[in-house]
Amino acid sequence: MLTVDGLCTEYTTPGGDTVKAAQDVSFTVDQGHLFTLLGPSGCGKTTTLRSIAGLERPRRGSITVNDRVVYSSSAGVFVSPNQRGFGMVFQSYAIWPHMNVFQNAAFPLEVGSRRYSRQQVRENVMRVLTAVQLDHLADRNATALSGGQQQRLALARALVMEPALLLLDEPLSNLDAKLREKMRFELKRLQRELKITTVYVTHDQGEALALSHEIAVMHEGRIQQIGSPRDIYERPATQFVADFVGSSNFIDGTVTGPASTPDGSVIVRTEIGDVTVRALQTLAADQRVAVSVRPEDVELTEDRPAGGNVWEGRVDQKVFLGEAVDFQVKVGTRTLLSRRHPTLRTKIGDAIFVQLDPEKCVVLKVA
Amino acid sequence: MSEAIPNDVSQPAAEARGFDWKWIVIGACVAFTVYIAVIPLGFLLWQSFRTPQTAAVDSVFTIANYATAYGTSDTVRLFWTSIQFASGTALLAFLLGTTLAWMNERTNTPFKSVFFALSVIPLIIPGILFTVAWILLASPQIGIINLVLQGWFGLAEPPFDIYSLRGMIWVDGLHYSPMAFLLMSASFRAMDPSLEESATMSGANIFQVARRVTLRLTWPAIVATILILFVRAIESFEVPALLGLPAGIEVFTSAIYQAVHRYPSQVGLASAYAVALLLITTGGVFWVSKLSGRGSQYATMTGKGFRPRQIDLGRWRWATAAIFIVYFLLIVVLPFAVLLWSSFQRFYAVPSMEALGNLTLDSYRFILHYPNLTRTIWNSVALAVSTATIVMLVTSVICWVVVKTSIRGRWLLDGVASLPIVFPGLVLGLAIMVFYLNVDVGVYGTIWIMLIAYVTRFMPYGLRYTTTSMVQIHKELEESAAMSGASWSTTFRRIILPLLKPGLLAGWIYVMIVSIRELSTSILLYSPDTQVISIVIWELWENGQYVELSALGVLFIIALFVLVLVAQWLGRKYGVKE
Repeated sequence: MLTVDGLCTEYTTPGGDTVKAAQDVSFTVDQGHLFTLLGPSGCGKTTTLRSIAGLERPRRGSITVNDRVVYSSSAGVFVSPNQRGFGMVFQSYAIWPHMNVFQNAAFPLEVGSRRYSRQQVRENVMRVLTAVQLDHLADRNATALSGGQQQRLALARALVMEPALLLLDEPLSNLDAKLREKMRFELKRLQRELKITTVYVTHDQGEALALSHEIAVMHEGRIQQIGSPRDIYERPATQFVADFVGSSNFIDGTVTGPASTPDGSVIVRTEIGDVTVRALQTLAADQRVAVSVRPEDVELTEDRPAGGNVWEGRVDQKVFLGEAVDFQVKVGTRTLLSRRHPTLRTKIGDAIFVQLDPEKCVVLKVA
Repeated sequence: MSEAIPNDVSQPAAEARGFDWKWIVIGACVAFTVYIAVIPLGFLLWQSFRTPQTAAVDSVFTIANYATAYGTSDTVRLFWTSIQFASGTALLAFLLGTTLAWMNERTNTPFKSVFFALSVIPLIIPGILFTVAWILLASPQIGIINLVLQGWFGLAEPPFDIYSLRGMIWVDGLHYSPMAFLLMSASFRAMDPSLEESATMSGANIFQVARRVTLRLTWPAIVATILILFVRAIESFEVPALLGLPAGIEVFTSAIYQAVHRYPSQVGLASAYAVALLLITTGGVFWVSKLSGRGSQYATMTGKGFRPRQIDLGRWRWATAAIFIVYFLLIVVLPFAVLLWSSFQRFYAVPSMEALGNLTLDSYRFILHYPNLTRTIWNSVALAVSTATIVMLVTSVICWVVVKTSIRGRWLLDGVASLPIVFPGLVLGLAIMVFYLNVDVGVYGTIWIMLIAYVTRFMPYGLRYTTTSMVQIHKELEESAAMSGASWSTTFRRIILPLLKPGLLAGWIYVMIVSIRELSTSILLYSPDTQVISIVIWELWENGQYVELSALGVLFIIALFVLVLVAQWLGRKYGVKE
């Protein structure tokens, strides 16, 4: 559906320096999918989105939507944003203060190349306003809306012309936490119902995991990994991804031979001792690696458990979070973070056993 | 982030698209601006290197004008006096205007809605009438204020002398303060109050908020406003001519005026003086252009709605109300009252019981039977409305290019459009006159040459109004229109212009009023068919017909007042909902 290939975007700062905002960005989004560009600020995700929108002109690469080339540096094609027919929700919502709710939502139907009758405009606008539950506020002045309502109006405006592609630039970042959570479900329901192909930009990993069919994690202008939310979370490809999406314990070490066994298990010599892990990729002996383990995968028991990958440690710090308790456990000189159910009530300073499931240990190569 | 307007259309689009007027509109506006702004400059420079032309002697190349203008120590004095006068006037006007704008927009001062409605009245009093009124109020011999104070306190000397540098600054600063008020009001109104509220929440009191947040955020508007005031003051003509020259206080404009009125006319010398003004103001314009180029750093109008909030002054609100009243007395009531008094006299006399017996309507009868009165009024109104409309539409396009695009050399365009700001009205009139005498396209002696002159003269002021509003429009408001499928011209018409509307409207009213009272350019371009009201006032002043002048002045002020009320009513009806 959407294909972005080898996209490079640069811009010049007022000081005259050239900043490479997106470098060699390539991905495809299937029809009806929600694709998320995830990364910290300055990683190039917004630039990539704006390049797809046509608000920014890339240096190289191509962008194709439904076999229609909207940008190609080799063919010299650049379709201006108003000819692309994509809907977009801006971070500031960009609700026009001089129009009321209805007028804001009707604008795309009035200015586009397709002509609509007054009746059609009314029907289409009321349909999207109903979909975002703003139909009862149609005559209200746009400046008199709350933040959540403005966000929904921006969404209605982007949807009203039934765009080929919906672009969302951190649409939830200006909302309070409760509302953000509510809108997250709302957005997901709407996207799944309308089956509209969507590119979503966010720095919030929770949003990305909750909403997406696929996620691309970006760092310093490059895509680090593309995969399903589960892939990204459970099988991060790089240390950056493992660290940015959720939190991780990283244990540095080297692979001790044999590098590969029939069941894929590999022994990594680390500062806490030998860790058995299940490697998906082939590893050479003496390869320097980091073992990444999610806090919820660090098992804690007060009695020594059966099986391997067990170390004895000491509870160093506890944080009560309501639905969970974070334990910081010292194994030798190394501190491991573990998230456990609150029923585990081991006191600070007490001994505790740490067990790591080889299946949950991800081996990341270190350069 | 980068400025994101895809500004290159040289490459073919992937498919056929609707025709967009973007580059035609922008191209036409740029060409118009360059033509109108550069031609007078060229002639000014050309003339500064020519000897005077008389019937007997042809004009030849010379550098003697510069030698005369800058070769003596008098020039240093002239320069110093001009700077003192212009800075003093700009600062007085700015301080007055900003204080009033802040009180009006951000505090709960009582009756302030009345005040805002009244605030345009001083703007409509033409400079020449305002100056004459203050001569009647504060001249050492016949000034009413002086006579009253001397009577009360038994002073031997009159306390105020209007014929002094301080007097000049007082009159001109008062006269330009409403302009500062309007410019600063627009900027206060466009600011997101949550920025101030967060300062209040940080523990700042209202004065700290005003000083450390409000003023800092309105910094581009402040610099632009002071610049405009300074330039207006340094090129203002009526006050230096009527108050400065009798006391021997000479500034650039009065020096230019005297050079032109010498026989034979020293146009070259006048132009050489004008070049110095040009250098001073070009520096200022360049500075402002750099400031507004920083773009979204100062974007304070976002897509998020906000409701203006006001500061509760408590008991101090009566003090601020008193400031409003005193200001209004000084700038409207006293000048108008003295003109009104004078207009009912046969010969001017200081108010007394005896003079009260001599009231007459003779001067009004004289004015109503003045030759070609209807024609004169029609000329003034038609010129003012066309000038204001052309100026605001052209400058909003120019300003969009300057503020919202990343086109190389856009600061140059801003500079070109602001260039006419450096022309004293007299010199601009002269340059345009000479140009259209030499290049005969049939406009000389018609109303069109006046229109060209007015548009040229007032374009920079229109540009400042649009720039002040334009820098405050968040770029996502435009981008979302593009994403909705709107072409550039649709976006401009339906998004940019409506969002600019408060600024456009304020600018339109301002340009209309300054056009209708324009004097120093018209005086060289009018013909009997194209006479305007301000010319008639000037003729009466020259003839010493002060009471008739007062009568015409009173009628003129009342007519302008009604005009402004209509304009404001239209503005409220079609303006942005607040």
